[in-house]
Amino acid sequence: MSIVMPVPDATALKNRDAIAAALRAIVPGDGVIDDPDALRPYESDGLTAYRQPPLVVVLPDSVEQVSAILRWCHAQGVKVVPRGSGTSLSGGALPLADAVLLGMGKFKKVLDIDYDERIAVVQPGVTNLAITQAVEGAGFYYAPDPSSQIACSIGGNVAENSGGVHCLKYGLTTNNVLGVELVLMDGEIVRLGGRHLDPAGLDLLGVVVGSEGLLGVVTEVTVRILPKPERARAILLGFPDAEQAGACVAQVIAEGIIPAGMEMMDKPAIHAAEAFVNVGYPLDVGALLIVEVDGPAAECDHLIVEIDRIADENGAVTRRISNSEVERLAFWAGRKAAFPAVGRLAPDYYCMDGTIPRRRLPDVLRRMEELSAHYGLGVANVFHAGDGNLHPLILYDANRPGELAKAEAFGNDILRLCVEMGGVLTGEHGVGVEKRDLMPAMFSEIDLQQQQRLKCAFDPQLLLNPGKVFPRLHRCAELGRVHVHGGRHAFPDIPRF
Amino acid sequence: MNQVQPDSAEQLCDAIADAKRDGVRVEIRGGGSKARIGAPREARIVRTTGLSGVVAYDPAELVLTVRAGTPLAEVEALVAAERQMLAFEPFDHGPLFGAPAGAATIGGVIAAGVAGSGRVTAGSARDHLLGFTAVSGRSEVFVAGGKVVKNVTGFDLSKLVTGSWGRLVALTELTLKVLPRPRVSATLRLDGLGPAASCTAMMRALGSHAEVSAAARHPDGPTLFRVAGFEPSVVARCALLSQMLREFGPLQRLEEDMANALWRQAGTGSDLDGAMLWCIHVGPRRAPEVAARLASHARRVALDWGGGRIWASLDDPVVPVRSIARAAGGEALLLRAPDAVRATIPAQHPRAPGVAALEARVRRAFDPDGVFETGRFLDEEPAHAD
Ligand SMILES: Cc1cc2nc3c(=O)[nH]c(=O)nc-3n(C[C@H](O)[C@H](O)[C@H](O)COP(=O)(O)OP(=O)(O)OC[C@H]3O[C@@H](n4cnc5c(N)ncnc54)[C@H](O)[C@@H]3O)c2cc1C
Repeated sequence: MSIVMPVPDATALKNRDAIAAALRAIVPGDGVIDDPDALRPYESDGLTAYRQPPLVVVLPDSVEQVSAILRWCHAQGVKVVPRGSGTSLSGGALPLADAVLLGMGKFKKVLDIDYDERIAVVQPGVTNLAITQAVEGAGFYYAPDPSSQIACSIGGNVAENSGGVHCLKYGLTTNNVLGVELVLMDGEIVRLGGRHLDPAGLDLLGVVVGSEGLLGVVTEVTVRILPKPERARAILLGFPDAEQAGACVAQVIAEGIIPAGMEMMDKPAIHAAEAFVNVGYPLDVGALLIVEVDGPAAECDHLIVEIDRIADENGAVTRRISNSEVERLAFWAGRKAAFPAVGRLAPDYYCMDGTIPRRRLPDVLRRMEELSAHYGLGVANVFHAGDGNLHPLILYDANRPGELAKAEAFGNDILRLCVEMGGVLTGEHGVGVEKRDLMPAMFSEIDLQQQQRLKCAFDPQLLLNPGKVFPRLHRCAELGRVHVHGGRHAFPDIPRF
Repeated sequence: MNQVQPDSAEQLCDAIADAKRDGVRVEIRGGGSKARIGAPREARIVRTTGLSGVVAYDPAELVLTVRAGTPLAEVEALVAAERQMLAFEPFDHGPLFGAPAGAATIGGVIAAGVAGSGRVTAGSARDHLLGFTAVSGRSEVFVAGGKVVKNVTGFDLSKLVTGSWGRLVALTELTLKVLPRPRVSATLRLDGLGPAASCTAMMRALGSHAEVSAAARHPDGPTLFRVAGFEPSVVARCALLSQMLREFGPLQRLEEDMANALWRQAGTGSDLDGAMLWCIHVGPRRAPEVAARLASHARRVALDWGGGRIWASLDDPVVPVRSIARAAGGEALLLRAPDAVRATIPAQHPRAPGVAALEARVRRAFDPDGVFETGRFLDEEPAHAD
């Protein structure tokens, strides 16, 4: 709990009952929650080390209600935190003591599916997996597949620009969303993008995706759906060490192959997964690689043999090609269960999410071992090897005084290491609360201020999801200051806001 | 001084600060291949061509960092030598205006959000810009994004500057995602289909396991499909496509040179003669309706992106192309027109008032004084000299 949240606004705390009453006038029935016990389930998201009950929870079910709620809060200067399914691992949906928590869970409808144009229009509370379920009967699916897909909402995916094991080939959320309906903090409803590609004007849709609930509330999403690949095959590869596994990954890509997925696990992760699901992972290797190819049968059958050859050339000591769906799924079972499996090694684990240039992997793993010894905490690694996105899982025991703080310090060191190696703080989980104070490791004050000016264009009073992403929130008036020469603006005809 | 050519980001900063002090607007210009898009205007031209060259290229990481003024042709040759490509298939627009190809810069391509036929499956320019360095209208150098293929740290400003037409920032350095070039690329041709049948065939192909990477209808009539990848896969998918589309007629595989020429005409608007050139974006199912309404007016019409992009050249400036597009839920970009027409019809499709106001606030967030507002897009307050 090393991150300090903004000091709650005393007026909002004092006016809690009046705020709840005003929200009830907008959302009748059981859509407003202010009973302290009933607030408890909302007090954290997937970053469970941080907890804070919200001021009140409101659960609207129409865009009109969302608009009215935001308009009222805007007029009253009340802060709002949007929430989807609450699976964020960076604390993006962490409530604030003085803010209304706006839950989008009632937006559950699939509104339109068009197979000719390959799009689906859905409400933001629909889960990621439910989109695929809605279209799979016709042979389609929605490509981005975060491991949390049974629970996380598409609205949350849009806000976090979530990825999955297939995003090297199929892209992150941003590459698969065509449009959104968005409600701004002042209640205005805008449509960005839509059914066709590359709409005119600034790509506001592009910047709303990944904006972590800071720019607006998403009330409808148009996504691209894809025909389900005819076949998928996987190969399970064991290497003496991560260096050879990394060389194999590099050669696969150098030979022009972009696999559907390419996942690496280190020794602790392999052992934990095997103990948990018993799928026959080799235990005498230093690194395990699962490579999956999908597409037409002829392509899969060709590529899987090529990858097998490349693995052999790079010193793989285990090479097993899946010959059935059962076998392919077994290869994945251990990887998919890696988090809960690692969770059995220690009372708690802390999941990190940095990206590095792939060639730096051996250096990063070596340094991580040193850090592990320094902090006296274990670490297991799962790695989206194709795109360099690293998920170190730090093992700790929250009941031991000081261990959580140590785990956080270890995590921060890992993320700084990623930046030092030419990488970034987060590949898919978002900055949220968790990495907020590390932003200066990657960006200068000028860079951060420029990002914040964008926030000001959407939400000049900084009421939407404050305390997230930016280490320090500057007042918009302060950021907007421009140099005035000789008492006049350079271009008086340009409107200023 | 009406044109300056800075050699560094710092000099570019100074150029923008100078312009503000002198009370003149700035037009950032790469090769100038699209200078004739938008309204005629007066501004100090700041050329990016002095900011040229490769900063870093690591083929194994699929990442390329280049300065913004680097010629597109140079970037393409560089990645081609490593059997890689810019998958959004950018192209040079000089020929649209009767100029030779070769002037386009990578910064201009990104700033205009240019993408070719492969866009429909590989994504647009926006999907391939990973990070950048730029000078804002505040004359400050800043960076955004990163130099790795997967990154969600901070707002995704790379999306925002792509297609911003030099109205937010002057880009100085770009980090792009590159991808392996397919080993084999086959073009199959289907003749005798009108726009409606062609769109049906293209949508069916794009939604199938044949995994076509591009589908277009050439202005002379043939419908084109591209199937790319590894040899055994291409062979199998071509067979699947032929079988799947047999009710539309026989598919014929084209020689590479012939295929490239046809794709260029169907996918880049070149060789569409006529005083006016429009580019319409629409949901592909409504494309036949747009094509039908344009038929009696247009000289040449090409369909790309499976019908999602329609190129139309016309002689008559009063044809309501924009309302035809809007009626089908689409929008229209005016690429080429006589000066008098460009002075009154905005190049870009107008946005809904709420979105236009939000865009204006976003522009002011990067350019508080409006130094980049040259009046080119006819959507600002009148940009007369003070
Ligand atoms: C076990 C586990 C595995 C995971 N695996 C992955 C993975 O593989 N890849 C990956 O990328 N992530 C993963 N995640 C992280 C998480 O699931 C994603 O970030 C997900 O997109 C969050 O969705 P949500 O609906 O739960 O959003 P929430 O957690 O409720 O909210 C996340 C953010 O989105 C904002 N938000 C939510 N809805 C809206 C809306 N309608 N409008 C505006 N803002 C909104 C919130 O304010 C918050 O900032 C995992 C999480 C868990 C717990």
